[in-house]
Amino acid sequence: MSAGAGEAALELRGITKAFGEREVLRGIDLTVREHEAVALIGASGSGKSTLLRCIDLLEEIDDGDVFLDGETITDPAVDPVAVRRRLGLVFQAYNLFPHMTALENVMLGERRAHGKTRAEAEEQGRALLARFGLAGREDDRPDNLSGGQQQRVAIARAFAGRPRVLLLDEITSALDPELVGEVLEAVRDLKKEGMTMLIATHEMTFAREVADQVAFLHEGRILEQGTPAQVLEAPQQEETRRFLSRLLQAGRA
Amino acid sequence: MPSDRRLEREAAKRRRHRRGQAIAALSSVVVLGGIAALVLTSPGWPTVRETFFSWTEFKDSFPDVLRAFWLDVKVFLVVELAVLAVGLLVALVRIARSPAMFPLRLLAVAFVDLFRGIPTILLVFMVGFGVPALELSGTPSEPVVLGAIALTLSYSAYVAEVYRAGIRSVHRGQRDAALAVGLTEAQAMRHVVLPQAVRRVAPPLLNDFVALQKDVALISILGPLEAFREAQIINAQTFNFTPLVAAALLYLAVTVPMARLVDRMGGPEGAVR
Repeated sequence: MSAGAGEAALELRGITKAFGEREVLRGIDLTVREHEAVALIGASGSGKSTLLRCIDLLEEIDDGDVFLDGETITDPAVDPVAVRRRLGLVFQAYNLFPHMTALENVMLGERRAHGKTRAEAEEQGRALLARFGLAGREDDRPDNLSGGQQQRVAIARAFAGRPRVLLLDEITSALDPELVGEVLEAVRDLKKEGMTMLIATHEMTFAREVADQVAFLHEGRILEQGTPAQVLEAPQQEETRRFLSRLLQAGRA
Repeated sequence: MPSDRRLEREAAKRRRHRRGQAIAALSSVVVLGGIAALVLTSPGWPTVRETFFSWTEFKDSFPDVLRAFWLDVKVFLVVELAVLAVGLLVALVRIARSPAMFPLRLLAVAFVDLFRGIPTILLVFMVGFGVPALELSGTPSEPVVLGAIALTLSYSAYVAEVYRAGIRSVHRGQRDAALAVGLTEAQAMRHVVLPQAVRRVAPPLLNDFVALQKDVALISILGPLEAFREAQIINAQTFNFTPLVAAALLYLAVTVPMARLVDRMGGPEGAVR
């Protein structure tokens, strides 16, 4: 089951997805190797979120295949629940459960999906919250937490199930600028541990620092892919250059 | 030491508050006094007072009406619980997406259309007299039970729609997040969507219960001795309507506290101040 270092943990082949007439993904090929972080960059509406949702089987793809540890997960015969238990997804808008405390948010999946006892789930939940700088906030409801704290709870929640691959969907773009740093710090921490990640992001500095690979998504296709130095410093495609210069003007790169 | 400007503002605020209270008091006296004067000076008032508000009649009939009212209380407590359960079931069936549920989904839609569309009094009649006429073994024949069933059908149809609106109002991202942590659709509904939906619809649910509590009087047409029926019987003997007023007061004694509870849950703007 477990792939050795450098082997493909997540592999996308020819993914297409349309909503009615609108083709959002037009044939995506992408590989995320074990312990690797791949940054997915591209304009709003380029299909980054849709791609992550398709991988977590929250949307059904039209064509192509997604492989997790070499095994296809997009086969209609595969139980999506079992697949989602092997993946983690962090949402742009946090999507914490507002009727539960921070600790209960982190514990829910462990108790109901991973069959842990209350005591085990609670112990793990407390440790995870502490790890992401949230010790003392266990009993707070999400609306008593700042955006940065909420997103860190969401990261702890997604990480609690020890996913094979963690999918991060623009996790800092709903945050006030001064709260971005604490959330990125949590991701750096996961990267250090060797977490395999696919990160849709607008934070180029962060992509440069954390990602092993950067993929530029444009109009539903991956136009360019390579190391951060290749894609961000010496882009080959005109569209990539245009996108990066727009970000530069907006002061984001 | 507060500044003069601040003292000035506070004084102005107090003046405004006192003036507001004075206006509220004055207009209440004028409006309520006017209505009272109109009623009390009407030519028929002495007769009305004797036939509707006779203290002697009230004292004589109240114990009997109160005793009968316990039946109303018992019925609405049982029916409320049944409505919460049946309404939820119908709502869940109606939103279920699995193809295997298709026939049940049709039934749920028909249930809501039918029982919400028929006047409650007609439903009580039809269940109360129709079900026993089927002469099926095992069906209840007690009028109280049949009446309670009719009320349950009628109110479950309303409550199912209240639940459904609540479930639909929970953002889709909540379901997505529940699935993303590995829950099944059913678990996502049970642990994430429903708890939020029920909290949101608690005020309209209680509002339907206020309506239900007084509609319990409808089962009297099947014969059970509940408060309204008891009051009617006394009225038929004495030709005095005071027992009906006594029954009305008893209904108010349960519906008004419920209504205040609804106000409180709906936020301060609904409350009487």
